Amino acid sequence: MSCSDFNDLDAELTAFGHPGGSSVRAVHDQFHGDLLEVSMGPQHPSTHGVFRMVATLDGEQIVKLKPVFGYLHRNHEKIAENTTYLGSMPYTDRLDYLCSMSTNWAYALAVEKLSGQAVPDRAQYLRIIMAELTRLVNHACLVGFLFNDLGTSFTPLLYAFREREKIIDLFEALSGSRMMCNYQRFGGCRVDPTPEWLAAARTLVENFPRFLDEYERMLTGNEIMLARTQGIGRLDPAHAVNAGLTGPVLRASGVDYDLRKVDGYGFYPRFDFRVPLGAQGDTYDRYMLRILEMRESVKILVQAFRDLPGGPIMDPKAKLRSFRPKAGEAYGRLEGPKGELGFYLISDGTPNPYRYRVRPPSLINLTLLEEMCLGHTIADAVVILGSIDIVLGEVDR
Amino acid sequence: METVQQLRDRLAARFPAARVELVLNPGVAAEHSLRLDAALGRDIALFLRDDPALRLDYCSNVTGVDWPDKEITDVVKTTVPDPAGGPPKIVEEKSVHVQPGCLEAVYHLYSMSLKHGPVVIRLRTGNRADAVTLPSLTPVWRSCDFQEREIFDLFGIVFAGHPDLRRLLMWDEFKDHPMRKDYVEPDDYEWEPTAHGAVLERAKAHQLAAVAGVVDPGQSSANPPKAAPGSTTPATTAPVKEAKP
Amino acid sequence: MSDAPQSTPASPRPAPAEGFPAAGNISDADREELRRHGILLTSLEELYNWGRSNSIWPLQFGLACCAIEMIAAATARFDIARFGAEIFRPSPRQADLMIVSGTVTKKMAPLVVRLWNQMPEPKYCIAMGACAISGGPFKQGYNVLKGIDRLIPVDIYIPGCPPRPEALLNGLIQLQKQIKGEKLTGPDAARHTRADLPSEYPIPAYGAHDLEPAKNPAVWTPPAPPSA
Repeated sequence: MSCSDFNDLDAELTAFGHPGGSSVRAVHDQFHGDLLEVSMGPQHPSTHGVFRMVATLDGEQIVKLKPVFGYLHRNHEKIAENTTYLGSMPYTDRLDYLCSMSTNWAYALAVEKLSGQAVPDRAQYLRIIMAELTRLVNHACLVGFLFNDLGTSFTPLLYAFREREKIIDLFEALSGSRMMCNYQRFGGCRVDPTPEWLAAARTLVENFPRFLDEYERMLTGNEIMLARTQGIGRLDPAHAVNAGLTGPVLRASGVDYDLRKVDGYGFYPRFDFRVPLGAQGDTYDRYMLRILEMRESVKILVQAFRDLPGGPIMDPKAKLRSFRPKAGEAYGRLEGPKGELGFYLISDGTPNPYRYRVRPPSLINLTLLEEMCLGHTIADAVVILGSIDIVLGEVDR
Repeated sequence: METVQQLRDRLAARFPAARVELVLNPGVAAEHSLRLDAALGRDIALFLRDDPALRLDYCSNVTGVDWPDKEITDVVKTTVPDPAGGPPKIVEEKSVHVQPGCLEAVYHLYSMSLKHGPVVIRLRTGNRADAVTLPSLTPVWRSCDFQEREIFDLFGIVFAGHPDLRRLLMWDEFKDHPMRKDYVEPDDYEWEPTAHGAVLERAKAHQLAAVAGVVDPGQSSANPPKAAPGSTTPATTAPVKEAKP
Repeated sequence: MSDAPQSTPASPRPAPAEGFPAAGNISDADREELRRHGILLTSLEELYNWGRSNSIWPLQFGLACCAIEMIAAATARFDIARFGAEIFRPSPRQADLMIVSGTVTKKMAPLVVRLWNQMPEPKYCIAMGACAISGGPFKQGYNVLKGIDRLIPVDIYIPGCPPRPEALLNGLIQLQKQIKGEKLTGPDAARHTRADLPSEYPIPAYGAHDLEPAKNPAVWTPPAPPSA
């Protein structure tokens, strides 16, 4: 097999991994000797769902890695173009099913931009409370899953899910559903929390740093963890910006770009918080960044509970039924826990959007997966993927 | 940052050969966009990325939009003087012409270094059938990689110069482009007890087609003819003959 | 194991023995009386089913949103280990139970069937959540399989979107009940003891417009519409 044939691997990969095919295959190449192709996923415990990657290995080192998508492509955009604006709100819950509150908000933000809908102050604060609680859930679970990928089967995840259950109980008490909250509306929120709910949430937030300290005491200084993450999966800032990476993955490479500061959407400019930045852009930085972001989220939440004003939670002029925005288009985006989550809407004046597009941070953050993994071992690829933090509902939509 | 109008003028001066149109957004958001000449699309994109005043180093969102052929009715009103001396009559002449459809790729650009944006640029194909090639902007912004593959998959725009243009979400043997407005999905809506709303309508249409023999109920049919709107009535009220297209 | 579509198993299983003494000829009251005297009397069938039902190993296999609730069911609060089903196996060769936890897309469906074929008998399938049952909220999607029971047999359906972890536990208990009631011999013997029932199912191929075939008529027939 010649060198140029090696570039034709893609065509072969297409056939390889087909439902009738094998998942491991030897490839011969004049430079590398015997290479091995491994198809990881879509059923694999550490691909975080039905993600699949086809890795070409030289011994244990990765020389080529191609992600394969679409195993959870459930046609969210097509369905949304055939339903009303409000009818798509429950579907946004199922995009990023760990963070339904922030995906709801991103969609509401885009529609409000499209229709010029105002949002009352109390709803703005509630949105920030929900979004930051969601960030806590997401980052805590991410760290748990990351350690699963590192080989500490399940134990850190048990701690993370213990905290997740507490927050999810709050979401359930408020919205009626544990995961699919369907809470935001165009022009406000759906349910006003009771004083008891707010008191419970405040207690949870006040106790959260203790959990973080406990978590960090167990994990951050761990020798194996340091050896497996420091210097692994380096990402340089110029590449990251060009590849459109956003969220904690980008900031771990030292690029100061947080939409909460840049766009200042919602009432975020009223809050005092810092944007943590990494220096090395490796897996360890991506892990630490999540821990630091959780601490900043706690700071935001404490301020939000302190300053939460009274008043209505829905704009009285908001229209839910027969909602028809003027013809036009809008792109609304916010800083989701995984990165820039955007919705691009084109309205033609009818009750259904003409074009409905989700800008999925999880998908675009995978653009540089191959570059990050090259030269590392296959076991490191699992950890690098874990540190990028994807959710397949959003990757494939 | 300069306004879109100023940017359009600057681009027109810099690329005299290219047609750069301003597309006004009538909506509240008023995010106006620039429709670029597809032939020079990549040069203009490089300029937008590297121009020191713009530095649009971050391409956030890339999406396709399908604009099918549209029938437009022109009404020409002419005033005909009444020969009898009465008030002049207004005669309306209606003529229908078809505005040819196209596919469009929309790029939302931001600057991470200067923290401004968005600049929205659009590229249009010639039509929806045979002239569907656009220049790929992946060599300019790597973030277009998966998103252009997705547009290729779901809309059928071929991005020339894309390093790895394959279907992203559907399988490779798949032939259709499902996000196009005229896509007919496979009819597998058998009646089920929980069906309601649009699904129930489709289940009824499927049942009618099965009765009429268009679809063998035991077998799937690839892309059956779309049921006529009238055939969605329940099987008992519609004669079998009418269900045949 | 061949992955080629086939309707009969590759190796025939031994036919159930006729005239095997039926379990349970002794009444429950008598057995209880004997147990009080320290004599445990049981049938092989009961012992076998008791053991199987209390150590169901699920396939570690998450599809979508429901998988998160499945993980939640395995964590400390809900603790699926109380029911002996905490050993999630990443390999289908070691698993007894496939929990189809989420939307099955047409791109994923052949792989789900293939995993099911790779699982050794006795095996069971739980359709968790609205999507796995019928396509759920995504039923109108062109790439969504409208229920996994169109391709493989399903034992337990758990509705919900997503079902709570308690619902999954309830589904597991229902499955345990089903296993405990299974017969090893006779005309109503369990599926895995019957040579005439298939253990592997045809894997649909990726077609130009849809899966081919899109459903398995041997497993699923659409319900008759109301004759109103």
